[in-house]
Amino acid sequence: MSSRHEIELVVNGEKRRCAVPGRTHLADLLRDELGLTGTHLGCEQGVCGACTILLDGEPVRSCIVLAAQVDGHAVTTIEGVSAPDGALSPVQEAFCHRHALQCGFCTPGMVLCAGALLDRVHHPTREQIDEALGGNICRCTGYVQIREAIEDVANSAAHHHAGGATVGAGEVR
Amino acid sequence: MTGRGRYVADVTPPGTLHVALVTSPFPHARILDVDVNEALTSEGVVCVLTGAELAKATDPLRQYLDVPEVQWRPLAVDETRYAGEWVAAVVATSRALAEDGAELVVVDYDPLPHVLDPEAAALPDAPLVHPRHGTNVMAHREFRWGEVDADLVRAAGRTTTRSRWHRNSTVPLETFGVVASWDRGRDLLDIWASIQMPQFPEQVAGALRIASNRVRVHFDVDVGGSYGVKRGIKHAVLAAHLSRTLGAPVKFIEDRTENMHGGDFHGPDRIFDVELAYTAEGVFTHIRIDVVDDEGAFPGRSPLQLAKPIGAIVGPYRIPSATYHATAVTTNKTGQVAVRGFGQSPTNYAIEDAVDAVARELGMDRWELRRRNFIQPDQFPYRIPSGTEYDSGNYPAVLDKAVALADLPALTARRDALRAEGFAAGIGVATCLEPGGGNAIFENVMNPANDKTTFPESCRLRVDGTGQVTAIVALSSAGQSHDTMVATLVGEGLGRDPAGVEVVRADSLTGMPSQSPVGSRMTIVLGAAIAGACSELITRLQAIGAHRLGVGVEEVDYVDGDVVVTADRTQRVPWDELVATAHRKQHLMPAGAQPGLEVVHVAHTPRSGTLASPDGTVQLYPCYSFEAHVVLAVIDQGTGVVRLEDYNVAHDCGTVINPEVVRGMVYGGTAHGIGVALYERFAFSEEGQPLTQSFMDYLLPSAHEVPHIADVEHCTPSPYTSHGQKGAGEAGYMGAPAAVASAVNDALTAEGAHALHALPITPSDVLAALRGAHDRGGPQ
Repeated sequence: MSSRHEIELVVNGEKRRCAVPGRTHLADLLRDELGLTGTHLGCEQGVCGACTILLDGEPVRSCIVLAAQVDGHAVTTIEGVSAPDGALSPVQEAFCHRHALQCGFCTPGMVLCAGALLDRVHHPTREQIDEALGGNICRCTGYVQIREAIEDVANSAAHHHAGGATVGAGEVR
Repeated sequence: MTGRGRYVADVTPPGTLHVALVTSPFPHARILDVDVNEALTSEGVVCVLTGAELAKATDPLRQYLDVPEVQWRPLAVDETRYAGEWVAAVVATSRALAEDGAELVVVDYDPLPHVLDPEAAALPDAPLVHPRHGTNVMAHREFRWGEVDADLVRAAGRTTTRSRWHRNSTVPLETFGVVASWDRGRDLLDIWASIQMPQFPEQVAGALRIASNRVRVHFDVDVGGSYGVKRGIKHAVLAAHLSRTLGAPVKFIEDRTENMHGGDFHGPDRIFDVELAYTAEGVFTHIRIDVVDDEGAFPGRSPLQLAKPIGAIVGPYRIPSATYHATAVTTNKTGQVAVRGFGQSPTNYAIEDAVDAVARELGMDRWELRRRNFIQPDQFPYRIPSGTEYDSGNYPAVLDKAVALADLPALTARRDALRAEGFAAGIGVATCLEPGGGNAIFENVMNPANDKTTFPESCRLRVDGTGQVTAIVALSSAGQSHDTMVATLVGEGLGRDPAGVEVVRADSLTGMPSQSPVGSRMTIVLGAAIAGACSELITRLQAIGAHRLGVGVEEVDYVDGDVVVTADRTQRVPWDELVATAHRKQHLMPAGAQPGLEVVHVAHTPRSGTLASPDGTVQLYPCYSFEAHVVLAVIDQGTGVVRLEDYNVAHDCGTVINPEVVRGMVYGGTAHGIGVALYERFAFSEEGQPLTQSFMDYLLPSAHEVPHIADVEHCTPSPYTSHGQKGAGEAGYMGAPAAVASAVNDALTAEGAHALHALPITPSDVLAALRGAHDRGGPQ
């Protein structure tokens, strides 16, 4: 059917070796082979952003990245965002506090994008927030409470002092 | 939030087989042959099922109209009726291998004439979508309420508008999915599905020709958005039949293309002709609404969406008479399904579009025209001519709040400054109702043979032997925060901490009657069930407490878990002791009392129970929420692109159970309505091919398109619900399409352009309108 590729990658801080068909995209590898079903597939056309993961710390859509392409790279999924003891990240806490999710389907991608933004820009403007979320569709919330959650994190003293570190207790950089 | 949700795509029992589909490339064609031989040799392929084979073992899916010759099936038999309709299903060991197999199925088609335009479809010589039915008109009802002739005679003027609500849908981010697992030993079908569908187990069982207690639907599956559309009967029947045949779990998760073209999940597609008659002072005397709705190839439950708006046919206005002609037609497009508001939002748009047109005709302020015609707070309960009584409201106060929130004078100054800079800019207003608490009596209005008059909801309350409270419901949720609502109302009802109340979802065999969270009804009807269950449980506790205290039941009160003597509150039996008595101490229980503390309450919809009169008059919905939108639209005259700024909503859904949840609903519904107004449309070529193939063509509003939305709440409690609550699940969406259109038309008409009366309003529509105005000499 198609070629098979031996790949080695770091997923949520853990080294994984896999053999994947050349046509398998990263989202299917994460969901079907590694059991990380927090990565959701909304369109498989690279538009909706639900399948967003962090590839070496940058948000990418895992439905349009081939699994073979991530050989030697580090992937963070939503399962790697909270601490090993289950403690939520500041972004996750703020999403809960602000009711920034309803059905939850877009939430993993939103949380990862928001965290990546706050790691890069400690006090983002509204325009920077919209730019960071612009590729992630939410059909439930109208984005208002998601923006509020991100602003809450940016305005919190802990975020200020930590100088970021909103994502990835388990992330390998 | 942490990636540990459980959506249907995450459910994969051992040995699961996967489905991919072969779909029709033609809008209408005879199926001459389906050659599956090559597909069967493809790696991993287990079987290929054709429509003819499936039809031998199953019955057609349920229609709510009396149309026996319109046979809706999961896979087409003999003929396909729209491009994208499912023709065959390929089952393989993985979805990818099933897709490989599907590419090898060869179908021989003989194309037939097709029809796409709903008005053309209603003409006598139109090609027939279902020839044996004899017409494309599936339903036509004419209603006339009040003193129509006299109200027209006393009118000084009439304004007519033709408003077009093009085909769109709610398009949840999660497509529809189902996993079916048939246990041959027990003859029992387990289904996990992303559903929001009343009577789902019964309808699946009916189509499969099995007893309904052979189907167990699991409601503890997270649903990734629905807003009405996640019905999926045909998906479930297909997967269940395959599981029964193959003896293995079968999973079918639509891909986005299958969802957009073949899922039968499109929404209302309507042409409205509205006539408003009014006096010289702008007081409305009559409204006539003629509507044609394009159901696509299979009407299913969709034509009922023409009946719900009868319950709010005059909007928030004091209009003494109304005429309503509703026509449902089939065309060669994918089928329509229930969408957020069940037909109310398109109707609200048509009414508000007509109100704005009257304001332009009379040269009257749009706010003043609305205020002049509002039903006044002291007129509730207010019976509208079509028979429904609005429960309560304060429309002027809510509009005042919207105007204050928007700071209308400042907003107007900003609009005018933008115009001076060369932008076309406009302010939109819409004042709309949200009927809440659906009781499905619209089934009876559209088809008198449907004599269903109740649409119940249930709650089971269990206090265990250690005093912990569990609330059990039997429905699936798609993000509406039902767990929060249930825990809150149970906690408050019993005087216990809501944080300690566990909410559990029973499956369809162990659960109680539920009609699913449709029609903005859960807080209303499930709320009533919870109130009833709490009341029954308290009665049980009071009987135990009174017996323990040696007094009559009428001499005690229930206070936050304890039973106390009314006259002497120092005499009490605390919660723990009441629980211990009920579970373990028969010697201390009143004679004849059941052990344990468990109650089930099944509630009717408030104000239901009556069939419609022959003229269609009936109490359609129990309560009516209200919302006023004020929004600023800015148009780039070079590109025609509309940008929204300063979006304001004032909203009244009676008693609010959870403010964060309610404002989330308002924002989300408003964003969805913005999509309808400016971006979202399922388009077709003249050849019947879908032109919106992906999210690059069917445009969902992102954070770039949805501005900040400000919401302010007002509370006019409903006198007919357990806590004064009304519906909120369709909030925002009820008024946003109308408000955005109003804003664009304010901008266009100020430039001397014609108002636009079709949604979505695209940049090319705007440019054409502006060009027409400039050709005529610009602003007048």
